[in-house]
Amino acid sequence: MRTPFIIRLLSAMSRTGWIALAAFAALTLIVMPALHLWVPESSPFHVSTYVITLSGKILCYAIVALAMDLIWGYAGILSLGHGLFFALGGYVFGMYLMRQIGTDGSYQSLLPDFMVFLDWKELPWYWGVSDSFPLTLLLVLAVPALVAYVFGYFAFRSRIKGVYFSIITQALTFAAMLLFFRNETGFGGNNGFTDFKRILGHDITSPGVRVILFSLSALVLMLTLLLSRYLVTSKFGRVLAAIRDSESRVMFMGYNPLHYKLVIWALSAMLCGIAGALYVPQVGIINPSEMSPANSIEIAIWVAVGGRGTLIGPVIGAALVNLSKSYFTVAFPEYWLFFLGALFVGVTLWLPEGVVGLWKRIKARSAA
Amino acid sequence: MNDTQTSQTWDDNAPSFGHMLHAGVDTSHKVILYLEDISVSFDGFKALNKLNLTIDAGELRCIIGPNGAGKTTMMDVITGKTRPDTGTCFFGQTLDLTRMTEPQIAHAGIGRKFQKPTIFENHSVFENLELAMKTDKRAWVSLFAWLNSEGRDRISDTLKLIRLHAEADRQAGLLSHGQKQWLEIGMLLMQEPQLLLLDEPVAGMTDDETERTGELFKTLAGKHSLVVVEHDMAFIEQLGGKVTVLHEGSVLAEGDLATVQADPRVIEVYLGR
Repeated sequence: MRTPFIIRLLSAMSRTGWIALAAFAALTLIVMPALHLWVPESSPFHVSTYVITLSGKILCYAIVALAMDLIWGYAGILSLGHGLFFALGGYVFGMYLMRQIGTDGSYQSLLPDFMVFLDWKELPWYWGVSDSFPLTLLLVLAVPALVAYVFGYFAFRSRIKGVYFSIITQALTFAAMLLFFRNETGFGGNNGFTDFKRILGHDITSPGVRVILFSLSALVLMLTLLLSRYLVTSKFGRVLAAIRDSESRVMFMGYNPLHYKLVIWALSAMLCGIAGALYVPQVGIINPSEMSPANSIEIAIWVAVGGRGTLIGPVIGAALVNLSKSYFTVAFPEYWLFFLGALFVGVTLWLPEGVVGLWKRIKARSAA
Repeated sequence: MNDTQTSQTWDDNAPSFGHMLHAGVDTSHKVILYLEDISVSFDGFKALNKLNLTIDAGELRCIIGPNGAGKTTMMDVITGKTRPDTGTCFFGQTLDLTRMTEPQIAHAGIGRKFQKPTIFENHSVFENLELAMKTDKRAWVSLFAWLNSEGRDRISDTLKLIRLHAEADRQAGLLSHGQKQWLEIGMLLMQEPQLLLLDEPVAGMTDDETERTGELFKTLAGKHSLVVVEHDMAFIEQLGGKVTVLHEGSVLAEGDLATVQADPRVIEVYLGR
């Protein structure tokens, strides 16, 4: 007899996990929106626009960290190019937002400002579906997944592994960055896309839209966590972990690691794309610096700090690192990169299992 | 093994992949494995030199030979890990192993136990057996696979057979060396192969464990074909099958253990080194 899918999904997480998730849902879908929208700014309980935007940004990063954990923590593939997939999702959605500006740009043209500046007379063909919201959403999923699939197919088929794979992903995102820097590529060159005005006809800076984007990011994060829990507790997840530990043994049992790696790799890229599409309207800009190699390395640091292969760890790691980043880049702007480097070295040396590992150790000690 | 030997790419368009088309290997001529004139050389060193070997269906064959005789390379050729420079390698009458990938060969019904136990140390004993179980192993299917009661029963039967039912939920990395060897044998059985290749299956086992392993192998023979590479002569004597002696990549002698041990060439190879 087949067990209903919903039962499998429910059993993928512990009771405590479900309670924590419900609490998180209440906070991000009800409490914070209410405190932002309906509590006056003078009240100490008011949640400011700054907090909403910063939290929304961190939620998007957390989705990326989860996607990274699936591929690094569970499949043992360290990608140093995940920023590319995030940026691709962001660019696709940014194209839609650019078209929504309409004639409100500085040149009052139907074309985006940068195209007028380049003296282009019409939209390039690949901007074809950027007027359609549903088709844009489809491309947000499809473009990162397709790029990842094609790249992954050749890399995994040639059995490129370990540090070689990491270096190639790093080169991939760097090459893409150079490509997007060029004005002729048609994505706004080094300025990228900005000055967005509307989303689905609504003012993008209005409190209501902000709150919706924030809550949507939280919802997507929760769904991603659930999906990831399901994946890693399924047989697929166990095969993936087995590939991580001994790929050749898995082959002799009759599994083809190529297909397993491709599925998780493309899925991971797709999740990054969704995160990027949620991120761009919240921060109001996307440019090629999102594809810089340093950004992708930072994603790996979030996961390492939180704890590889724990799912919840990377979410915590993304939040911790980015909160300290917002603090540090204001308080000591010159020292942020040194701090980040020290953090990575420190975690590698003393906290190989990250914050979650530390928590487990403390719990074990207090129980003993 | 270094990586260059495994660098062949996947042949994804091969239609049989991932399915169980080879459920029945054609052994109509009573032979399950043919190796003919197989040569493999690594950087000029001839690991296998015109090796000829046939294994009958249901046979229990022991392979012995000094270090470097080519025993492991022979297993690598049969399981698709190494491609031979020359020669043919057939599983039953129809399946050309030199044209198949490792997973395809595994699906066709050849299971391999490595010299060093290669179980999945981070998985539980139960999960190790579950992973090995003969089933549809495509990625898409695994995403929605759910262990049914039939599968559970099969795993539990195997756990009893390899005497690990008390350790089912234990992390496999925490087992003793002998238990790991048994777990790997269990994983091999879960694959339901027709041909089992066992590379030093009793290395590191206690005498008692060795004897029980021998008994298990003897019950498996007949229904399955077994190829056992071993150094432990007492164990080979217990198994009592035909013995093949490999030396410098080809067959030096073949017959029952007493005959082989009396062969002057075999004595020279073993003592004259």
